Amino acid sequence: MTAQAEIERAEETETMTVREAIRMGLREELERDEDVYLMGEDVGKFGGVLEVTSGLWEEFGDERVRDTPISEAGFIGAATGAAATGTRPVAELMFSDFMGVSMEQIMNQMAKMRYMFGGKTEMPVTVRTTEGGGMGAASQHSGTVHTWIAHFPGLKAVAPGTAAAAKGLTKAAVRSDDPVFVFENKMIYEQQGEVPTDEEFTVPLGEAAVEREGEDVTVVATQRLVGESLQTADSLADDVSVEVIDARSLYPLDTETIAESVRKTGRLVVADESPLSYGVHAEIVSRVQEEAFFSLDAPIQRIGTPDTHMPFSPPLEQEVLPDGDDVREAIELIT
Amino acid sequence: MADYTLDTEEGRREALRRMLTIREFDSTAGDYFADGEIPGFVHLYIGEEAVGVGTCAALEPDDYIASTHRGHGHCIAKGLDPKLMMAELFGKQDGYCNGKGGSMHIADVDSGMLGANGIVGAGPPLATGAALSIDYDDREQVAVGFLGDGAVAQGQVHEAINLAATWDLPAVFVVENNHYGEGTPVEEQHNVDDLSDTAGAYDIPGVTVDGMDVTAVAEAIEEARKRARDGDGPTIVEAETYRYRGHYEGDEEPYRDEDEIEKWKEQDPIDRFSELLVDRGELTEEELEELRDEIETEIKEAVEYAQDAPLPDPSEAYEDMFAEMPPEIERFASQARADGGSLGGDRR
Ligand SMILES: Cc1ncc(C[n+]2csc(CCOP(=O)(O)OP(=O)(O)O)c2C)c(N)n1
Repeated sequence: MTAQAEIERAEETETMTVREAIRMGLREELERDEDVYLMGEDVGKFGGVLEVTSGLWEEFGDERVRDTPISEAGFIGAATGAAATGTRPVAELMFSDFMGVSMEQIMNQMAKMRYMFGGKTEMPVTVRTTEGGGMGAASQHSGTVHTWIAHFPGLKAVAPGTAAAAKGLTKAAVRSDDPVFVFENKMIYEQQGEVPTDEEFTVPLGEAAVEREGEDVTVVATQRLVGESLQTADSLADDVSVEVIDARSLYPLDTETIAESVRKTGRLVVADESPLSYGVHAEIVSRVQEEAFFSLDAPIQRIGTPDTHMPFSPPLEQEVLPDGDDVREAIELIT
Repeated sequence: MADYTLDTEEGRREALRRMLTIREFDSTAGDYFADGEIPGFVHLYIGEEAVGVGTCAALEPDDYIASTHRGHGHCIAKGLDPKLMMAELFGKQDGYCNGKGGSMHIADVDSGMLGANGIVGAGPPLATGAALSIDYDDREQVAVGFLGDGAVAQGQVHEAINLAATWDLPAVFVVENNHYGEGTPVEEQHNVDDLSDTAGAYDIPGVTVDGMDVTAVAEAIEEARKRARDGDGPTIVEAETYRYRGHYEGDEEPYRDEDEIEKWKEQDPIDRFSELLVDRGELTEEELEELRDEIETEIKEAVEYAQDAPLPDPSEAYEDMFAEMPPEIERFASQARADGGSLGGDRR
């Protein structure tokens, strides 16, 4: 469905930032379900280093909003054990770069327990984490690692590109009985958008959104690159009609919406901040060539981080960080 | 009330029965592994029975345990059915995990058994998490995390104990010091003499008990359980024990000699406990023989059950990945169902 239709269907909306939208989603879920609680480093009194959870500790108290020791393996493991035994933890991993520290519990326990136990465990755990370059935070605080999770069997991964998607996907993740990772690009926390205020508004896992309709070329984007692609599409509007899709859910991925768009436009640009090789881009490209190969009129283009880490110095960071200009160049190359 | 407790004559007899069942189950599993009927790796618990049984005798039926790669004994001590366990070892549909887990992953969350574990040191964080659920919901249970002496060196074990201690969670960590981590002796892996000494770092009690004495283990766990339930947080209980068999079946054991094994066998936990019961007049030699015969029959039946049980349909390979199956997997599952399961994972 188009994002516009999603918003129009909502009875009431408010303009707010991505950060506020996530917070609203978390607050509503904490209110709705007693089993839900938040945990992570400095999520409570401090309000989260990027302030996503600020105010929730004051509202819900120590039991529902828990500060953990600095021990990712310990608390991600505890969230896993807790999810298997009747509660619904939402763990915040401060920066996705720290995921490696807890990867054993993620890969071998959280992802595999249901399967290895023959379906006899629930795993209703949500892991929220921040990604992305752009604030000079250098390599260990700017990574985009969602490919790891989307690739690994047994885990679900979402990566919102708008405020509405951020709220809706956060809520869907919390409600899911499966382990869901919510990848929040930290450079869009301040981005504003229309957000349904309905407490039952969710964005189902596995549904992309057409953010802008167009005829000549499809841009499938994620996170920050959704907004940048929309701007680029506007700036090119006199010359070329660009359709922009927010993939939103990386696993499961909405192949149908993407393939349908490519059948219409015949051209595809994939824009995702993760490193280019073996990643989200490759997956989307593969699915499109499986589903819509004969509709393609031009080679598919990929926009992402060259296979480097995120450097510190601004000119270096700007060099490798993909943006709307890269999307424009790709569109111009194939139209 | 616990299923069995060492405080009653009936409970002591049940404890002995479970220790004998573990030994018979594991020696039988070893035989069928050697025959090639059981795939994968098999790590036996023979010699360590007093630790699992002593621990579970001090627990309530709905308490949780998170186990290790050497988990058969914990399962039996916790009351899991040897038939379904054996079927799991044989990779059958009727096994505890529908043949998806095998020896290293037998689990039954409904029985409070959070899984044997193929990853050394992975159980304690899960136990901390179960203790978190218990605490969060104000339930009356505790969660026990088992770990080997080798696992004490793992970082995530430290994190799990620290978290449980910081939050005063109702957890107990049971270190089964069987003196080897695969082929490396415990002294070469740690700088402390007693592994329970690490408790000082968390400001929680740490005790080391004779792990060949089921009563000593049960007493230590009872105290640790009470402390956990009183809201005073976890305890580390180290049980000194010994494994009679190799690290895994087929291990040639170049790292230790027969004399050492024989010396530990003089302390055999089953002999010690049965002699105690006979001396006290709670059990006659004849009754002990009868019990052994009964258990032998029970395990034979478990093997027959496992052998007769159906193998899983190949389409089962696509089940249980998620609560809600994504289209990415559904297309393979529906194809396999349509084909009667003949499709490989590499085709669409
Ligand atoms: C993380 C990890 N590292 C290594 C192994 C391989 N491995 C399996 S069992 C084992 C020894 C474990 O020793 P210990 O914790 O003392 O348990 P025990 O076998 O003595 O019961 C090792 C190294 C593993 N399974 N997981």
